[in-house]
Amino acid sequence: MSKIEIKNLDLYYDDLQALKNVNMSIAANRITAFIGPSGCGKSTLIKTLNRMNDLIPGCHITGSVTLDGEDIYGKDLDVNLLRKRVGMVFQKPNPFPMTIYDNIAYGPRTHGVHRKAMLDEIVEKSLQDAAIWGELKDRLLKSALGLSGGQQQRLCIARALAVQPEVLLMDEPTSALDPISTAKIEELALQLKEHYTLVMVTHNMQQALRVSDTTAFFLLGEVVEYSDTEKLFSMPVDKRTEDYITGRFG
Amino acid sequence: MRLKERVMRWVFAASASVCIAAVVLICVFLFANGIPFFKKYDLFAFLSGTTWSPDIYDTGKGVYGILPMIVGSIYVTAGALLIGGPIGILAGVYMARFAPKNLLKVLQPMMALMAGIPSVVYGFFGITNLVPMVREVFGGTGFSILTACLLLGIMILPTILQLTYSAVKAVPEYYFEGSLALGATEERSVFRAVMPAAKSGILAAVVLGIGRAIGETMAVVMVAGNQARMPKGLLKGVRTLTSNIVTEMGYAADMHREALIATGVVLFVFILLINLLFSILKRKGETA
Repeated sequence: MSKIEIKNLDLYYDDLQALKNVNMSIAANRITAFIGPSGCGKSTLIKTLNRMNDLIPGCHITGSVTLDGEDIYGKDLDVNLLRKRVGMVFQKPNPFPMTIYDNIAYGPRTHGVHRKAMLDEIVEKSLQDAAIWGELKDRLLKSALGLSGGQQQRLCIARALAVQPEVLLMDEPTSALDPISTAKIEELALQLKEHYTLVMVTHNMQQALRVSDTTAFFLLGEVVEYSDTEKLFSMPVDKRTEDYITGRFG
Repeated sequence: MRLKERVMRWVFAASASVCIAAVVLICVFLFANGIPFFKKYDLFAFLSGTTWSPDIYDTGKGVYGILPMIVGSIYVTAGALLIGGPIGILAGVYMARFAPKNLLKVLQPMMALMAGIPSVVYGFFGITNLVPMVREVFGGTGFSILTACLLLGIMILPTILQLTYSAVKAVPEYYFEGSLALGATEERSVFRAVMPAAKSGILAAVVLGIGRAIGETMAVVMVAGNQARMPKGLLKGVRTLTSNIVTEMGYAADMHREALIATGVVLFVFILLINLLFSILKRKGETA
C-alpha cells in the first residue's frame, strides 16, 4: 500500500533545477532510504514531503506529491496540519532550550492539548516509543541541552512522535552521532516502522542496507534506481548505481 | 617586523589602560568627594528623607533628603520601560524575523540614527510636542512624570530594539525549523521556540534600557517639572536623581555641593547594580 506518491516532480531553486522528473511511490510501514553523493537532491526531496522547502526563497516545484491521495501542494492544504502528519528529524539534534518535558509537550500544546494529565501521558508514551523513557524519566524537568548527542536525537524523535504523525522523515539522523548512538537509532527505526512510514536520507550505505526495505539512489537530481534494498545492493540494474555502491565514486 | 609588533602591543596596552584609568579615576573622584558628606550627615536621613531644602543662604539649617528623587527616578524609569520595553522587544523580533528585506534597509539606519540623536534634541521634541500634548489630553501643566516616561520610553527604544534584534538573530535557525516541523505556525515558532532561546539576550536588552533611562538627564530635566517633592501623581512634576544634580550644581557650595555629589554616588551605585545584573544575565546566556 502506497502512502506517498510522487509524480513527475521537478524542483527548482530559482533557475537551478535540483530535482528532475522524480517518480516514486513510498510504501506504508516500510523504511525507504535515499542514498547518493552530496548535492544529489536526496535531502531536497525529503524536504518536499513536509514542505520545509517552502522556507527557501525561490524554491518552486512542478508535478505532484500526494499523501494518502491528497495533493500536499494543493491550494486548500493546511501546511501546519501536513507537518503534524509528516514529522521530521533533522541531521543535527535540535532539542529546544527548555526542559525535556516541555520539549515533548511542545507539539501537543501547539495542537491544543493543555490538560496536565493528558500531557503527562503523551510525554511518557512518546519517550517510551523512542526507547529513552528509562534514561530520562527521572530528569524530565532538566534542560534538554544537558543530554548527550545520541540522547538528544532520540529526544527529537520522541518529540516528533508526540504529535502522532503518520510519516517520519529522517534527514541523516545519525551523521552527527557516535556508532553506539547510531546503532540505537537504527534499532529504533526498525521498531517504529510497525506504526509509521519512515523515509530516511543517509550518507551511509551500510545503514541503508541494515535498516531500509526500499532504497532510492540519486545522482544529479535524478532517481537513478529505486527498488528493494537487497536487490539494489546485490544486483543493481544501472551501471552508475553499481559504481556508487562499490565505492568507485561518491 | 618584530619591533613593530612589540611597539603596537604597547600601543594597544596603553589604550586599554587609559580606558581602565578613566573608570577608576571617576570612581575614586566620586567616592572621595561623596563620602565626606556622610560624616556630617546621617546616611539614613539622606536616603529616606522626603525634604530637600538646601542651605542656600548659609544659615546652617540645610535638609538633604533624596527619597523623592530616588522614587522619581524609579517611577520614571519604570514608566519608560513599560512604554519602551514591549514596543522595543516586539519591534526587534519583527525586524529579526518578519520584516521584508526592503523595509529592513530603511529601518536599520533609522534605528542607528535614533540612537545617535543628542538627548537635548529629544528634550526639545518633548517640550514642543509631548508637553502640550499631555497638557491638552490629560490636563495639568504638561511637565509631569507621564511626559518624562513617554519621552524616555522613546529614547530607550533603539537600545532595546537593537539588542533584541541581535539576540533573536543569533538564535540558530534549527530551533525555528524544528518547531515548524512539528506543525507550529511561523508566529508560534518565533514566540515559543526562538524567543525562549534568545531570553537572556532580551533580558539584557531590557536591563541596558533601564540603565539608559535611569542615567538620562537632559531630556528629563526639560520635561519633568523638577519639583523636589514626593511624586503625587502621573500628571504632577517630578525630579530624578540626575536632574537634581544638574539643576543645582551650578550654584551649590559647601554642604549643598557635597550633598549633590553624594546624590551622584547613589546614582552610581544604582548603575553599578544594573551593570552587575547585566553581566550576570550575559554569563547565564553563554552557559545555557
